[in-house]
Amino acid sequence: MRFLVDAEQRAFGASLDAMLTAADTPAVIRDWSRGDHVRGRAVWARVAEAGVFALAVPEAYEGMGLRPVELALAFVELGRHAVPGPLVETVAAAALLAGLDDQGPAKRWLPALASGESAATLTTGPYALDADMAGLRLTISPSLSGPAAATPTELRLAPPPGPPLPSLDPARRLFPADPHRGELLATDPKSLTSALLLARLTTAAQALGVGLALLDRTVSYVGQRTQFGTPIGSFQAVKHRLADAKVALEFARPLLLGAALTMAPEDVAAAKVTACEAAYTTARTALQLHGAIGYTAEYDLSLWLTKARALRTAWGGPDECRAAVLSGGRRC
Amino acid sequence: MDLAFTREEEAFRAEARAWLTAHVPSEPLPSLETAEGFAAHRAWEAELAADRWSVVDWPTEYGGRDAGLVRWLLFEEEYYAAGAPGRVNQNGVSLLAPTLFDHGTREQRARVLPSMAGGEVVWAQAWSEPEAGSDLASLRSKAVRTAGGWRLSGQKTWSSRAAFADRAFGLFRSDPDAPKPHQGLTYLMFDLRAPGVTVRPTARLDGKPAFAELFLDEVFVPDEDVIGEPGQGWRIAMSTAGNERGLKLRSPGRFLAAADRLHRLWEAQGSPAWAGDRVADALIGARAYRLFTFAAASRVLDGAALGPESSLNKVFWSEYDIALTETALDLLGAQGELADTDWSERYVFSLAGPIYAGTNEIQRDIIAERLLGLPKGRR
Repeated sequence: MRFLVDAEQRAFGASLDAMLTAADTPAVIRDWSRGDHVRGRAVWARVAEAGVFALAVPEAYEGMGLRPVELALAFVELGRHAVPGPLVETVAAAALLAGLDDQGPAKRWLPALASGESAATLTTGPYALDADMAGLRLTISPSLSGPAAATPTELRLAPPPGPPLPSLDPARRLFPADPHRGELLATDPKSLTSALLLARLTTAAQALGVGLALLDRTVSYVGQRTQFGTPIGSFQAVKHRLADAKVALEFARPLLLGAALTMAPEDVAAAKVTACEAAYTTARTALQLHGAIGYTAEYDLSLWLTKARALRTAWGGPDECRAAVLSGGRRC
Repeated sequence: MDLAFTREEEAFRAEARAWLTAHVPSEPLPSLETAEGFAAHRAWEAELAADRWSVVDWPTEYGGRDAGLVRWLLFEEEYYAAGAPGRVNQNGVSLLAPTLFDHGTREQRARVLPSMAGGEVVWAQAWSEPEAGSDLASLRSKAVRTAGGWRLSGQKTWSSRAAFADRAFGLFRSDPDAPKPHQGLTYLMFDLRAPGVTVRPTARLDGKPAFAELFLDEVFVPDEDVIGEPGQGWRIAMSTAGNERGLKLRSPGRFLAAADRLHRLWEAQGSPAWAGDRVADALIGARAYRLFTFAAASRVLDGAALGPESSLNKVFWSEYDIALTETALDLLGAQGELADTDWSERYVFSLAGPIYAGTNEIQRDIIAERLLGLPKGRR
C-alpha cells in the first residue's frame, strides 16, 4: 500500500500546470465562448503534446494505453485552468471506439484523437458539447436513464450541428443532438460502460481542479481586500468558510485517486459526487467572499463559478451518483 | 501509487480476523462510562493483551507486535468490523504512549507501557482547566520544585475517563516568571489515588460520568514522572496534540464499520427515500476518510511528519460522526430516543467530537492560517 502520487506523476501534473499558466486561459475561454476556437485549438494542441489524450488511447492506435490515474491528475490541472472544450468527451469517445468489435472506427479516428489533431464530442442526452469544433461527433441512444433503456443502444455519427443554445457556463457551448440520425457505428457497444465511467471520473477530476482554483483565487483575494482597516482574510468568519472549502476539497482528492485505481462504478460515483459538491460549495464561498465583483462576467472568477455548476450535473448528477454508491454494495 | 496489500499484510489481517471471531464478546459490554462497564472493558483489554492484540503497532518488548502503520490500520478495520468493544485506554494508547516513544526515557517506557497495554493501568488526560480549554497556554495549575520531585496544585477539568481511571498526564506551570505564557510548562504523570488528589466525576449530557474534575493539593510527583525537560511541556504536548487529531485517535475502521451498520439499518427499515442521500454520504465519507488516512500513512512511511493537515482530519471525522449517528437515530424513529442503545451511546459520544481535542473553530483557524496562509487576526 503506497497511496501517494509518485514523483513522475507529480512532475507530469506540475508541467501541465506550468504550461497552462503560461497559456493565459481566461482570454482563451472568452474567445471560445464567442465561438472563436483559434487560441483554444492552440492550447488543445499543447495539451495533446503533453500526452493527455494519448492516455485514453491504446498503444495499437498510437496512444499510451488507458491510464486512469494519470488522466485524473491531468484533468485536475485542466479544471484548475478552466481549459474549454470537449476534453472529457474526447477521452470517453476514445475509450468507446477502442472497445468496439469493429476495429474500423478505431483505426479511422483514434490516432487523430491521441495526437490532438481532432477532438470528439459524445452525448447520451439532448445536448452535445462543442459539436461545432469536434471532428468526431458521437451520439448514444436511447437515453440511458429513461424507460427506453431496455431497447438496444445505438452509437451513431451525428450530422453537422445547428446553432448552439446559450448555456449557463458560456464556455460550454451546447448543441441540440438527435440520437436517431446519422451513420450507425455500433449497436450495444460493450465498451460503453467503461467509457461512461471514464467520463465520470475525468469530470470529477476537472471539478476538483475547478474547486482548487476557486479556493486559491479566493484566498489570494481575501488576503488583499481590506475592510475596516484590515484584510478580510483575518476575520474568523471568512477563515472558517475557506477552511471548510479546504476540508471538502482535500477529502475529495483521495476519493478521486482511489477511484482511478479501482475504476469500480461505486468508487467513481463517490468521487464524482464528492468532488462536484466540494467544487460547488467552494464556488458559493468564493462568490460570497468576493462580493459584488465576483458577480460580474468581466472578472475572471466567473469562468470557474459557472463551470462548477455545470460539472455538477454533467455525466451523472448527485442523485444518480449517490444511488450508484447505495447499490454498489458494502465494499468500502 | 497503489492500494494493494502485501501477502504478509493480508495474512496479518486474516490472523486478526480469526482471533477476533473467536474472542469478541457475543453481547456488547456495558457502557465504559459506568463502573461495571469500565471493569468489563479493562478485562477485555487484558484478553487482547494476552495474545498481543491490544497495541499491535508497539514494539514487542512493550507488548506489541511491531506491526507498523499499515497493519495497524488493517487491524483496526477488522476490529471494528467484528463489532469489538470500545477501547477503555484510548487516552493512554493514543496520547501518552506516542509522547513517551518520542520524549520519554527508556525507564519510563519500560515502567508505563506494559501495564498500559494490558489495561492494568488506565490513563486519564488532564489537559483542560476551568479557564483554559483549547488555549493551553493559559494553564494555571502549578508544579513547584521540592526534594526529589514536584508538588502539584490547582484544578483540572473535563478530564476524560478520570472518574474510573488510575493515573493521569498533563501540563503544569513550573515557571510562572517565564517570558511567554507557553514557556515554563512541564509535562507530568501522576497518580489519581495519590494523597492530595480529589476526583469529582462530572456527568455528561446523558448522566454518565464520562469525565471528571481533579482538585490537586500539594500532590507529590517524583522526578521520574516528568516527561522530557522541565519547562518544555508545551513543545512536547504539541506533538501529542498532533497525534490526538491525527492518525491514531480515530482510525478509519471505526467509521467503515459504522457506515456499514447504518446502511444495513436503512435497508432493514425498507430503504426509505428520504434518508437515501444521507446514508450514501455516510458510505462515501467512510471511504474518503479511509483513503485520506492511507495517503497520510504513506507520507509518514516516507518519513514525513504529520503537520497541520491533522486539523483537516479532526474537522472531518468529528462532523462526519455526528451526521452519521444523527441519521441512524432519525431512521430509528421513536426507538431512537431510548438511551443505552449502541446508537444512542454513539450519538452522545459523537456530540463531543467538535468540542474536544482542540475545538473545530481552533482547527479551522489552523487550517486557514497554516495551510491556506491567511493573515492572523483576533479570534
